[in-house]
Amino acid sequence: MRRPRWVPGAVLATSMALVVTGCGGGGGEGDGSGSGSTDAGITVFNTEPENPLIPGNTVEVGGGHVIDSLFTGLLEYNGDTAAPENAMAESIESPDSKVYTIKIKPGWKFHNDTDVKAKNFVDAWNWTAYGPNATQGASFLAPIQGYSEVHPKDPDGASGPEKAPVPTVDKMSGLKVIDDQTFEVTLAEPFSVFRTMLGYSTFKPLPDAFFTDQKAFEANPIGNGPFKFVSRVVNTDIKLTRFDGYGGEKPKYKDLTWKVYQSREAAYPDLVNNTLDFMEELPPNALAGELYKSDLGDRAIEKETLNNQTLSFPLYQEAYKNIDLRKALSMAVNREEITQQIFQGTRTPADGLLHPLLPGYKPGGQCGELCTFNPTKAKELFAKSGFTGTLKILSNTDGGHQEWATAVANSIKNTLGVEVVFEPATSFGDFRQKVNGRQMSDMFRAGWVADYPHPENFLTPLYSTGASSNDGEYSNPAVDAKLKEADTAPTEAEGIAKYLEAEKMILEDMPSIPLWTQNTVAGKSDRLKVAKLHPFRKLDITSVEVA
Amino acid sequence: MGRYTLRRLLQMIPVFIGTTFIIYFLVWAVPGDPFAGKCGERDCPDAYIQSMSEKFNLDDSVFVQYGKYLLNLVSGDFGETFSGVAVSELISNAYPVTLRLAVVALIVEAIIGVTAGIVTGLRKRGFLDSLVLVSTLFLISIPVFVTGYVLQLVLGLEWGIINPTVSSDATIGELIVPGFVLASLSMAYVARLTRASIAENRRADYVRTAVAKGLTQRRVVGIHMLRNSAIPVITFLGTDLGSFMGGAIVTEGIFNIPGIGGLIFKSIQFKEGATVTGLVVLLVLVYLLMNLLIDLAYGVLDPRIRYE
Repeated sequence: MRRPRWVPGAVLATSMALVVTGCGGGGGEGDGSGSGSTDAGITVFNTEPENPLIPGNTVEVGGGHVIDSLFTGLLEYNGDTAAPENAMAESIESPDSKVYTIKIKPGWKFHNDTDVKAKNFVDAWNWTAYGPNATQGASFLAPIQGYSEVHPKDPDGASGPEKAPVPTVDKMSGLKVIDDQTFEVTLAEPFSVFRTMLGYSTFKPLPDAFFTDQKAFEANPIGNGPFKFVSRVVNTDIKLTRFDGYGGEKPKYKDLTWKVYQSREAAYPDLVNNTLDFMEELPPNALAGELYKSDLGDRAIEKETLNNQTLSFPLYQEAYKNIDLRKALSMAVNREEITQQIFQGTRTPADGLLHPLLPGYKPGGQCGELCTFNPTKAKELFAKSGFTGTLKILSNTDGGHQEWATAVANSIKNTLGVEVVFEPATSFGDFRQKVNGRQMSDMFRAGWVADYPHPENFLTPLYSTGASSNDGEYSNPAVDAKLKEADTAPTEAEGIAKYLEAEKMILEDMPSIPLWTQNTVAGKSDRLKVAKLHPFRKLDITSVEVA
Repeated sequence: MGRYTLRRLLQMIPVFIGTTFIIYFLVWAVPGDPFAGKCGERDCPDAYIQSMSEKFNLDDSVFVQYGKYLLNLVSGDFGETFSGVAVSELISNAYPVTLRLAVVALIVEAIIGVTAGIVTGLRKRGFLDSLVLVSTLFLISIPVFVTGYVLQLVLGLEWGIINPTVSSDATIGELIVPGFVLASLSMAYVARLTRASIAENRRADYVRTAVAKGLTQRRVVGIHMLRNSAIPVITFLGTDLGSFMGGAIVTEGIFNIPGIGGLIFKSIQFKEGATVTGLVVLLVLVYLLMNLLIDLAYGVLDPRIRYE
């Protein structure tokens, strides 16, 4: 056995190991039993789901992994290219991006042997959108006509004393069942991205059993996916087994155990030891100094995943309203050097706001010289901005952000000769609270993980005026108009072209510095012959083959 | 003795109410919004925050919240976490594991610590004495996480004797190494405490009497000396069970043991008042009961101590 060299790093990172606890403790037999490889069981790393296992209420990673194995939606995103492909859908057609006619494949069944019908989709979406059900995924259904009636706005926000009015109807007028295999979705206004969104977990169907007894369903979820529920021990594991009546391509192994670990650091020895079969992202202490290469060898899997890292400017602060300063800062970051030295090349310098895996991405990006390290130009612009004083970079440190944030600070400092310091926040929650409260005094970390593979998802929620994740309060009416134009484009291709124009316009304003996109390093055990990492940073469960 | 025990048990009620309130209040006073980081990079939907606030009485004052919590607790309802999992389920999953770990640690600590203490206490300034002194000094000076990672690396990954992490069943056998790690520090203290106590009692009058009566060495040490020397050691061991249970977070983290240390830590981070209080309340009870047991043990060990 190779000598594992992760320990020195592990010891240093212990304090962090104990802080990064997105999950509870767990254990479980790692190795599945079974004679043939198609009857084998595998154990995969997971974090504790934060909500009961209902698709519409699951927007976080730990629950998402389980939901994706239990349910199959209309579309699935391809495991290599992230492109949306029909799964349960036979066809999704729309002449004008406003009315979508969706046909589903016949013969699919839920785990309790009832047929999956069009009404299962419609009922599920109506339930998720209904305000009093207070689901986390409701906002994904907002484009559908009638959403605002079933989900009225709270007149003074969540913190205000007034409560949201009780909706008078509980079904969205835009959803119509035509027959068992067909339903029609009418959007409030044309939205060219809607088809791509349909692969998201909020859009999965629910069986009738859910509506008769929700408590029983939560204890024993029934889906239509490749795996059915066996048992769950909170903070320990969730056991699933292959569903033999599955309508899609059946997995080539039998049992799937999502094992909950205290932290990635705690799980890593199990992966090295082959007790754990797959971990979709290695802990920072394994990445540091490329320790994983000697520990895992060819068991390490590196792949581009749909997330990026940016530094946003708080445009509500006077100093950052100066566009020359923003551009100077962007051009003062040596992305090449930082991605090589801090991340050993597992990050790719960003060349725009869009991710290379997205449809419509142009090789070389759209940012051009604004995202290229250029000390002379940066100094020039900085002098023009007339800024004096100290700059800060703000970030939480519980996700391994300290190293690069310090490196970026140093890069700016050395290039512009201005004092730049890194100011850490202890926890993600604490940091998000300050971001939401608009208490950022200086530029701050803003990562984005794609919900669905479309340029819209990297632009509208982040840069349109008043959008849900527009934390820097960027606002440009021309950009808003362009995004709107893209949304309502009659075809997807036209829409994408418009989104790219909007990206260009946003970059000219430089409301946030694109830093890099990410390659995620996963690890698998010796037992798995094939195990693909999905661009959505998860195990592509159907790709697995056990040796 | 019966009345004394009863009085002590009754005293636990105000202590119980006081501690639960203090804990509840402290969690409530932790700054931060429980929903700030809960929905990833985007904010939680308003409807979600509102219904959660209603469900967990977050809009009430801390006193009202605590009152409601206590009423539920009296009727046996520990409440729910924000994820909708019953706290009683968390407790019934995590407590047995932690209790097993703590008991294993306590046994390791007692056996190794007391034995080393007796041997060195009886033969002061020998080679063995120096060896124990040096090794305990070594144990005291290295932090638990170093001991933990080193043992995990050497025993688990290099030699392959143990699994690097503990399985979900967390059987006694799997917990021996983590128990040793957890006990390592206290073990050193117990050894030194026992050594000092034995060395002191060796010259006591009653020992000389026992020797003069012609008792065997075994009986002198085993019955007369050990019983009297045990009082400080028992006190230390008893309170240690409580701190093992609540303070095993580092050990639990290294060996991935699904115990309560990590659970409490995480619950504090997410401001899960009901969970923290439920978990800690049981810890408080363990402390109180252990203290009572220790006090009662004094009477057994030393006949001069009487409780009325």
